[in-house]
Amino acid sequence: MAKKVATREAYGKALVEMGKSNQNIVVLDADLSKSTKTAEFAKVYPERFFNVGIAEQNLMGTAAGLAASGKIPFVSTFAMFATGRAFEQIRNTIAYPKLNVKIAATHAGITVGEDGASHQAIEDISLMRSIPNMTVIVPADAGEAEAAVKAAVEMDGPVYLRLGRSGVPLITKKEGDTFQIGKGILLKDGSDVVLVGTGIMVDVCLQAAETLKEAGVSAAVLDIHTIKPLDRDLLVSLAQKTGAVVTAEEHSIIGGLGSAVAEVLGENCPVPMKRVGIKDEFGQSGAPGELLEKYSLTPAEIVSAVRELIKRK
Amino acid sequence: MNQDTVRMLTEKAREIRKDIISMLAEAGSGHPGGSLSAADILTVLYFYEMKIDPKDPHWPERDRFVLSKGHAAPVLYAALAERGYFPKEELSTLRKTGSILQGHPDMKRVPGVEISTGSLGQGLSAANGMALAGKLDGKDYRVYALIGDGESQEGQIWEAAMLAAHYKLDNLTAILDHNGLQIDGKITEVMSPEPLDEKWRAFGWHVEVIDGHNMEEIAAAFAQAKTVKGKPTMIIAETVKGKGVSFMENAAGWHGAAPKPEEAEKALAELSR
Repeated sequence: MAKKVATREAYGKALVEMGKSNQNIVVLDADLSKSTKTAEFAKVYPERFFNVGIAEQNLMGTAAGLAASGKIPFVSTFAMFATGRAFEQIRNTIAYPKLNVKIAATHAGITVGEDGASHQAIEDISLMRSIPNMTVIVPADAGEAEAAVKAAVEMDGPVYLRLGRSGVPLITKKEGDTFQIGKGILLKDGSDVVLVGTGIMVDVCLQAAETLKEAGVSAAVLDIHTIKPLDRDLLVSLAQKTGAVVTAEEHSIIGGLGSAVAEVLGENCPVPMKRVGIKDEFGQSGAPGELLEKYSLTPAEIVSAVRELIKRK
Repeated sequence: MNQDTVRMLTEKAREIRKDIISMLAEAGSGHPGGSLSAADILTVLYFYEMKIDPKDPHWPERDRFVLSKGHAAPVLYAALAERGYFPKEELSTLRKTGSILQGHPDMKRVPGVEISTGSLGQGLSAANGMALAGKLDGKDYRVYALIGDGESQEGQIWEAAMLAAHYKLDNLTAILDHNGLQIDGKITEVMSPEPLDEKWRAFGWHVEVIDGHNMEEIAAAFAQAKTVKGKPTMIIAETVKGKGVSFMENAAGWHGAAPKPEEAEKALAELSR
């Protein structure tokens, strides 16, 4: 079995590396630095690391002030607290003035696992992509996470980087070869349907594509690591080519990748589509793998969605 | 401070108050009460205390001012215009479509505005960030932040209070506009944040309590703050909401209501005396 690495691990390493070449990078955390992996940066660059304690609103505001003074702050906490607790601070003090703050939130989605629903952010993509000026990136694996950190440093403006707790296989090309904010990556071409995944669900799409192939269905797999700005051109061209679209995300089917894709296709190229994701309900405690099964974030669910679509074509 | 300086500052504050009344009357909406209560504090900051260059608003060495109580935007805009950051004619565009002068301050539109504010409780955190950056860069600029007493009901204020003391931000001076009123009435009746002086001391700040309408006391408190090492300073400025316009003084109703033309005329007449 392929080696699995969590995107938060890659984030921690990338921060240290970027911190070496860019003295303007500062890192802030809210008492979760061991979990978010910013502790690695803190160890190497203690003078550029600020733990604000369990105070997420102040976390965002302090980062805004640092950005207004020329720094490039990376702020980390769990996705629930970053985007939920501090939503308005992000909107008003970071995004409205377009400050150069990178919100790298970990433990997104239900693969937080045992901590349960209170800690499982399944609305964060929806919240962040609705804010003007915000860029939203959801890496599919460690390589993409590392590339995303670099790309976030290179662009000026607020970024929401959604990272996970659990390990994911390395599925994209080595580190950043093809990574560009706003450009989807066609991991596998196909002619009958396009599976559009983000985050950990990209790997699940690849597995589904294999099953479909055995059944004689040619499925393309599109890795949408940037939810905003969305790669409209690539999406529309693949929808036109295949005539059927399935989206897959570890997030509510309301407001996330599925919604974003539906918005684009609805206006530009309506084709039959299905959204695989969390069906407007809260998560619960459990092992991450078991929860993915329980909430149908599986290759089987994608395959069944494809079968249904093909009937409608 | 010599008496000429006091006279100069008093005249500037009078101009700023007149600007506030005129711009609000023209806009037809906005917040006079908390703008007038802070007018003397901003006058001392912009015309005496702060190291700034209106021709170079982004000068890296400048002192920074954060208006955490963003609804007092009129006093900030008036001070910036009087100081030469932008033409005074702009003031009459307050709150109008296309204006740089939004209802609450927008740092991207207005030269001299250091951070966008308006939603209460958030500015002090940003001031913390600026003060941390100053320490990190070895710069000796100072950061000033004005917060409201009603605003002190926001939890984030106290998160920020903890951080500033924890990181020993002695390059940060906050001023609390203690005018005692908020939209729904007296702060002590709506939800008392008192005793504010003891709270700030307990949070690890150096605290000064002054008359927020006395130029010499305001300036002396800023000077004192610079001598305090290892902790931030909170200046609790005892002020009168609506200060300078008799019928607006100590009246919660003037928190967020603009004067009608005849009221503005009366206010301007009082301020011109």
